[in-house]
Amino acid sequence: MSKFKCQCGHENPFGTVLCEKCGRPLTDEAQKSEMVDMRYEGSARRSQTYKKTIIDKIWNFFSSVKVGVSIIIAVLSTSSIGTIFPQKFYVPVSGNDPSEYLEYYERLYGTVGKLYYQLGFYDMYNSWWFKILIGMLGTSIIIASLDRVIPLYKSLKKQRTKRHPSFMKRQRIYGESDIADSDESLEKAQKALKDLHYKVKVEDGAILAEKNRFGRWGPYINHIGLIIFLLGVLMRGIPGFYVDETMWIREGETREIPGAPGYLLENIDFSVETYSKEESNAVFGEAIEKNGSIVKEFKSDVKLYKEKEGSLPGSADVEFLKEYPIIVNKPLKFDGYSIFQMDYKIGELKTMKFTLMNKKTEKSLGEFTIDLNEPAKDYDLGNGSSIELMEYYADYDGIVDGQPSSKSPIPNNPAFIFNMKTPDHPDGEKSFVAIRQTLEVEPNDYEAKFMSAETRDASGLTIRKDKTLYILLLGGIVFMIGVIQGSYWQHRRIWIQKGTGSEMLIAAHTNKNWYTLKKDLDKVKEVAALPTYTDKQDKDAVIDTTEGETN
Amino acid sequence: MDYAALSANLLLISFIAYLVGTFFFGGAVKVSKTEKTYKDSMWGKIGIVVTIIGFVTQLGYFITRWIAAGHAPVSNMFEFTTAFSMMLVGSFILIFFIYKTPSLGLFALPIAIVIIAYASMFPREITPLIPALKSYWLTVHVITAALGESILAISAVAGLIYLAKNVDVTKKSKELFWLEAVMFTLVLVIGFVVSSTAFSLSGYEADFNYVDKNGKASEMTYNMPPLFGMSEYEQVTTDTMKPWFEMPAIVNAKTLTTFVWSLATGIVLYLLLRLIFRRPIAALLQPFAKKANSQLMDEIGYRSVLIGFPVFTLGALIFAMIWAHEAWSRLWGWDPKEVWALITWLFYAAFLHLRLSQGWEGKKSAWLAVAGFVIIMFNLIAVNLIIAGLHSYA
Repeated sequence: MSKFKCQCGHENPFGTVLCEKCGRPLTDEAQKSEMVDMRYEGSARRSQTYKKTIIDKIWNFFSSVKVGVSIIIAVLSTSSIGTIFPQKFYVPVSGNDPSEYLEYYERLYGTVGKLYYQLGFYDMYNSWWFKILIGMLGTSIIIASLDRVIPLYKSLKKQRTKRHPSFMKRQRIYGESDIADSDESLEKAQKALKDLHYKVKVEDGAILAEKNRFGRWGPYINHIGLIIFLLGVLMRGIPGFYVDETMWIREGETREIPGAPGYLLENIDFSVETYSKEESNAVFGEAIEKNGSIVKEFKSDVKLYKEKEGSLPGSADVEFLKEYPIIVNKPLKFDGYSIFQMDYKIGELKTMKFTLMNKKTEKSLGEFTIDLNEPAKDYDLGNGSSIELMEYYADYDGIVDGQPSSKSPIPNNPAFIFNMKTPDHPDGEKSFVAIRQTLEVEPNDYEAKFMSAETRDASGLTIRKDKTLYILLLGGIVFMIGVIQGSYWQHRRIWIQKGTGSEMLIAAHTNKNWYTLKKDLDKVKEVAALPTYTDKQDKDAVIDTTEGETN
Repeated sequence: MDYAALSANLLLISFIAYLVGTFFFGGAVKVSKTEKTYKDSMWGKIGIVVTIIGFVTQLGYFITRWIAAGHAPVSNMFEFTTAFSMMLVGSFILIFFIYKTPSLGLFALPIAIVIIAYASMFPREITPLIPALKSYWLTVHVITAALGESILAISAVAGLIYLAKNVDVTKKSKELFWLEAVMFTLVLVIGFVVSSTAFSLSGYEADFNYVDKNGKASEMTYNMPPLFGMSEYEQVTTDTMKPWFEMPAIVNAKTLTTFVWSLATGIVLYLLLRLIFRRPIAALLQPFAKKANSQLMDEIGYRSVLIGFPVFTLGALIFAMIWAHEAWSRLWGWDPKEVWALITWLFYAAFLHLRLSQGWEGKKSAWLAVAGFVIIMFNLIAVNLIIAGLHSYA
């Protein structure tokens, strides 16, 4: 598109509002206004200039801050919906059965809960529409920044020291008056501004004092940070970048670590420690008395192994790497993986010991111990007696359709069908044995009597690997740099120039913190004779003085 | 030395200092005739000195309690809220030295006082840390987040002054209604403090057995007459009143009871105030806000968001994510507290964009600042007490 020539001779890109060089208002609107819109320096932004093709329209849509803010408001208000009831991943429902989730929400929260489930709010942060909203937010950040930062950069680079009076007059802070010795004023003002750490440029009876221009780039840098962060989140979808697994491991067990092929973990011991009233100092006494026991530590002592190179998976040829106590806040870290202490189970049955006994004489023929996780089939008691374990139900749940059933493979409530072979009954007597319960088809002479049980604890661990961490961290750091740069440094400019005759003009602009800008101006005015300025937006300034006088 | 007792005494001293400070800032606003005497008023100078004394003693409370407990005192509702009030006063002192305006103190200190009073209604004994909190990130994350929130809160204080000055209180309007609603909410908090204190002084206790939402038998002690009973409750103390209603298992009937008592007390207080003064409370505030310069209040409101936003981002989001990754194995889990921190952040991001490019200054900006504070308080109070999540340590 064609260029637009200003009276000062500078060729501005089409769509420019204020001449890049001298600041003359170029559009009708700007010429009529009393105070000119200084955002983006009145530069030509693509979104304000091209409005025809479909690409223009998409560009213009996403470059609008109004649209951006609307998207932000949409994200924040929909996000709040997800906090009304617990989200799917906090619901204690095992497995992935939708009907169980529905049942959970309906049971606890009634009809509203049912609706909450049916509308998908129970897992809304993973829903397609929420992801689209975040995607739109990202698009808006990119387009809106590009639309502004390039023209802003160009016009700040091209700005001239001497501005046209029409530009000066339309600034929020402006003053004009006759000054006796304007050259001396300029000289003194120049020095005073340098003392205030302004960069001062002088040209043909005009001063431009500028400070902290780099603060203007803060918003764009923080937007880059946000984009890096969002990209990091997107990358979690790439296989191998992100691992999130859980494992249950009992004391004494060695298991392959899910999600970390080649690594094995042995659980030596799990323990829970509580604050004892005596050991902790008197300070905590009251709290412990009031709340009962307070947990001090959950700890899984583990050993980490690695399969040796070239060995078959599952072989015992492993290399010991390290021993580590995993506690909350101190995960085990290796090769990019972290293993966290997340859950535990105390006192899971490990073995049960029985004795084979003659019911009448109460004489034992021997004892046998069953490993509840890997029960053996036969137990030889010597002297011609043996036990055959015919059936095993780890988590006995009653009789279903005439058959005993087990609801899980975890030995929460073990039950057995034994065939007891004794010299008296070489073919064996059958007996169903569960905790505190023995069933016999016909009265037996012998019984398998429960002696004792051993228990052990189990640790619930989470395995994570997140290769995107450093990308996310980078995004966070870039964001912080940008947001600090933009918030804690304000771009200030002060223009002072000679007008016609002995007249002097003064104008000032900052992107934020006008209070300090005015303080700077006042300091300069203390040493140099300059026109009195007014802040066109401070309507109370007049009232304050008059009220002060009349009170 | 008994640090715990010393710490409690220091907090009491700071509480009194803030009351006295408020009085002097009030004096500064009252006696000053011109903008200049208002800024350099003797009353204002004494006010800020007393406030600094209060802040230093509260800092003393914080440090001695830290020594006594062996961990940063930010691990439960009482400790966090008290720390928040301390930082609110700290932020006020910082802003005061930039802008030198007594009006800000006149409004900021009473808010800090109400927050300390609110905090004191929660169990105050020093508790040992549960495993999830045992990390130096507790100190880093919570203190930075609270600091960010307190600086953002100053923006709401400036916004409130702006509104108290500029909303027309002589005729009915939507603005006046909402300003009065904000005042009413403050009275409700006082209602909570009054009713809790009254019942705790009288030593009221009523024990119940009930069945919780997982079907487990539990016990509950009410410190206020039980208007609402827990699910399938059974009275243990027989000489206390019988609850009017039984609640389903998902509702914490004790919290609801406390809420209704506070609401009732608050309404009575509010009606009394209206009867005595025969004017909306917002109208009572107007004379105190009149001396403030609107442009300056607008500037302070914006500036404190600019200063607070980066601090909040760092503490409530970035440090939070780093710790969540260490303790809970993930950076982000859409836990209610996390979501509400994100909502707060998005809200202030919207505030900044509206101000920068839509020219939302003055009243609009003041309203946004007040709304932001409401969101922060919602995250502190409602999310902890009503919405159950990983952060419910109170």
